[in-house]
Amino acid sequence: MTLLLTILLMGLVTYAIRLGPILFFSQREMPELLRRALRYVPTAVLTAIIVPDVLLPGGELALSLMNMRLVAGVAAALIAWRTHNVFWTIAVGMAVLWLGNWVVDL
Amino acid sequence: MMTSSPPARQEFLAGLKAELPIAVGVIPFGLIYGVLALAAGLPPLLALAMSSIVFAGSAQFIGAQLIGIGTPGAVIVLTTFVVNLRHALYSTSLAPQMKHLPRRWQLLLAYLLTDEAYAMTMLRYQQDREDAAANKHYYFLAAGLFLWTTWQLSTAVGIFLGTQVPSSWQLDFTLALTFIGLVIPTLKDKPHIAAAVTAGLVALLTYSWDYKLGLIAAAVSGIVVGVSLERVNHG
Repeated sequence: MTLLLTILLMGLVTYAIRLGPILFFSQREMPELLRRALRYVPTAVLTAIIVPDVLLPGGELALSLMNMRLVAGVAAALIAWRTHNVFWTIAVGMAVLWLGNWVVDL
Repeated sequence: MMTSSPPARQEFLAGLKAELPIAVGVIPFGLIYGVLALAAGLPPLLALAMSSIVFAGSAQFIGAQLIGIGTPGAVIVLTTFVVNLRHALYSTSLAPQMKHLPRRWQLLLAYLLTDEAYAMTMLRYQQDREDAAANKHYYFLAAGLFLWTTWQLSTAVGIFLGTQVPSSWQLDFTLALTFIGLVIPTLKDKPHIAAAVTAGLVALLTYSWDYKLGLIAAAVSGIVVGVSLERVNHG
């Protein structure tokens, strides 16, 4: 299979996955249970992405305070909880990360 | 009480603004992909083409590496399918509010549906649902286009200039921080908290699984727990 063909098929498959459910459910009523389940998708998916990124920086569990991503993540979570403001969450998180790494490197 | 939907232009600008931190966080990934794809031996133009033909970061990373080691095309396509399966979850969750859209909108928005565009868009879609979802698709369009443009540019820079952001800056962490900022407000009741805790634990346990299957397992586990607890509360 030529490289271009492979890439085109990758694209097709990806697009089909993204488009399929939209087309499927545009003709049909969605079952109530499914509709209720889907409300948890953002929470579940975002957490599933965040947690390994913060707790498994090199692929190994890093639960100590030396893991600056963990410290920064906790700080960011606190800010997010208090302010519900994404900008400040990021700003504080990155500040803690950089500051923390600088301190650890001293 | 009837509230009118924000006008299209306002939705569009809101989408751009919301997507900004994510787009910035994606830049390091784009640069790294560019460098990686070249290192794997992909011709530069094909490496760049993947960013628009496939437009899926993790699939592009994995695909480039598999190409580099001479994996058969069929296996690469199958791997792409598995790695991108979670997008079906995103698409399904957005589908009810996209039913009314003209087909060409559905076709375009589906193409733009990545993790990063989804995160912002889904939260917008969950707001004020009683309104006609009238112009939310402009929010989706803005987020999607912003991300798409950033991805094309950053992968191109990675490919043709071999540039990388110094990894000590850890700019990629802005993505995780954005997601933290987005997820915390959703933890407003026990089912949601339980869903998050479950998803987090399962994500840790399945981290070594290939093809992002761990992510799907974690997400599904979280969803199941969330909706089960909801039923317990409401009967």
